[in-house]
Amino acid sequence: MRKLFTALFDKIGEINRKYATPTIRMSPMTRVALLALRFYLIFLVLLLLYKFVTLLKG
Amino acid sequence: MNFFTKIYYQYQRIIKALTLYFILAGPGIIVMVADNDAGGITTYAATGAKYGYDMIWFLLLLLPVAYFVQEMTVRLGAVTKHGHAEAIFSAFGPFWGWFSLLDLTLVNWLTLVTEFIGMTAALSIFGLPPYLTVIGVILLMGVIVFNGSYWTWEKIAMLFCFLNLIYIPAAFMVHPSIPAVLSQGIIPHFPGGMNNDLFFFMMANIGTTIAPWMLFFQQSSVVDKGMREKDIFWGKLDTLIGAVFTIVVAIFIVIVTGTLLKGVEIESASQAAQVLMQKDKYVGTFLAIGLFNAGFLGAVCISLASSWAFGEVFGWAHSLNTKIKEAPWFYAFYFLILISAGIVVLIPGAPLVLITLFVQVVAVTLLPAALVFLILLLNDERIMGEYRNGLMLNIINWTIVIVIIILSTLYGLSALFPEFFKG
Repeated sequence: MRKLFTALFDKIGEINRKYATPTIRMSPMTRVALLALRFYLIFLVLLLLYKFVTLLKG
Repeated sequence: MNFFTKIYYQYQRIIKALTLYFILAGPGIIVMVADNDAGGITTYAATGAKYGYDMIWFLLLLLPVAYFVQEMTVRLGAVTKHGHAEAIFSAFGPFWGWFSLLDLTLVNWLTLVTEFIGMTAALSIFGLPPYLTVIGVILLMGVIVFNGSYWTWEKIAMLFCFLNLIYIPAAFMVHPSIPAVLSQGIIPHFPGGMNNDLFFFMMANIGTTIAPWMLFFQQSSVVDKGMREKDIFWGKLDTLIGAVFTIVVAIFIVIVTGTLLKGVEIESASQAAQVLMQKDKYVGTFLAIGLFNAGFLGAVCISLASSWAFGEVFGWAHSLNTKIKEAPWFYAFYFLILISAGIVVLIPGAPLVLITLFVQVVAVTLLPAALVFLILLLNDERIMGEYRNGLMLNIINWTIVIVIIILSTLYGLSALFPEFFKG
């Protein structure tokens, strides 16, 4: 089991290194779109947290 | 003589083109028909029962939406020879890559559970216990996938696609009024005015038309099939035919329930089939068979989309052209998600309604990202070369993507906070 997890984490590290440098051309449109996506996801996570908290309180 | 030579030449050209199309057809038709999955059938059945033929015009509008989004995956797959998951890792780095991969796995697994809910409900109408349905489905999927040939898998999947046409004879059996279908269905209007109920149904129909797994599935499928740049035209044609196919089927479902069940509250397609059984035994049976088929095709494609995505990123052999010995992780992952989703449905008291709602919420976290990545990739000249989006395609695609993001977000939020959307 320990070997399996070690192999898995090694593989994840290898994948992270392989794709460390994004190949997309960072045009202004790409930067804006990625920034908007981050804000969108943060907004969704906050909403999910709010729902979770209201469920716990209710 | 010259005239006959020309006719013969044209005939040979058409035969050659048709042969080439049938060789290259598959990913587009399969992904589009599988999009009419168990959840999709429920949405269309409920739409017909609620609004009769009045929302057919809206389904027609979804045809170009589905086509323009999915054709981008054909170009991207054919040019890069990478699936969507690998393309995201490569272009946007590990953060967005892991986010997409893990989110895809979660949303696909939850959707798989809903497919099993649909399949077990459909066959329980014929008296088959859920555990037998789950075992039978998993065995059947094993037989289809383990043959070690993408081509064989694709042609079997296409047979299941044609079974989806069962709703067309069902619609004719209920004797709808064709003038009523045309007069009420074709001209855009909002039955009863634009209210929250109608808005919810519109969001649900859009939500079932474009799902995250479809982008990942079709791109990986194009790569596994070995399509190249010169095949893009045929891939796009395949996608267009698939989009027409899926919208036609959706319209016929609406006609069936709009004719026989107008005014009846429908919560699931299996409930619609049961009610229809009482009105017309054969139509109810057709709807139940169609629901099982929809769930089955959806399950086949969704589990493959996840396995392909993991295979691409982890570097496992991940082609249907490989045998189990050559790609053990790919097939193990495929069956792990399939079996675990099937088991959930069999657990007594499992929160299946919650899972169904949760699918919509999780899908909302992935769909906008996957669509934005797709359109950004299609605009990168270094990646796409001459196949990148032009100005007109960008206007169309950005419009579609922004509308989908807004409506699917509202749809997801309506599942999370239903009180905000009640009129």
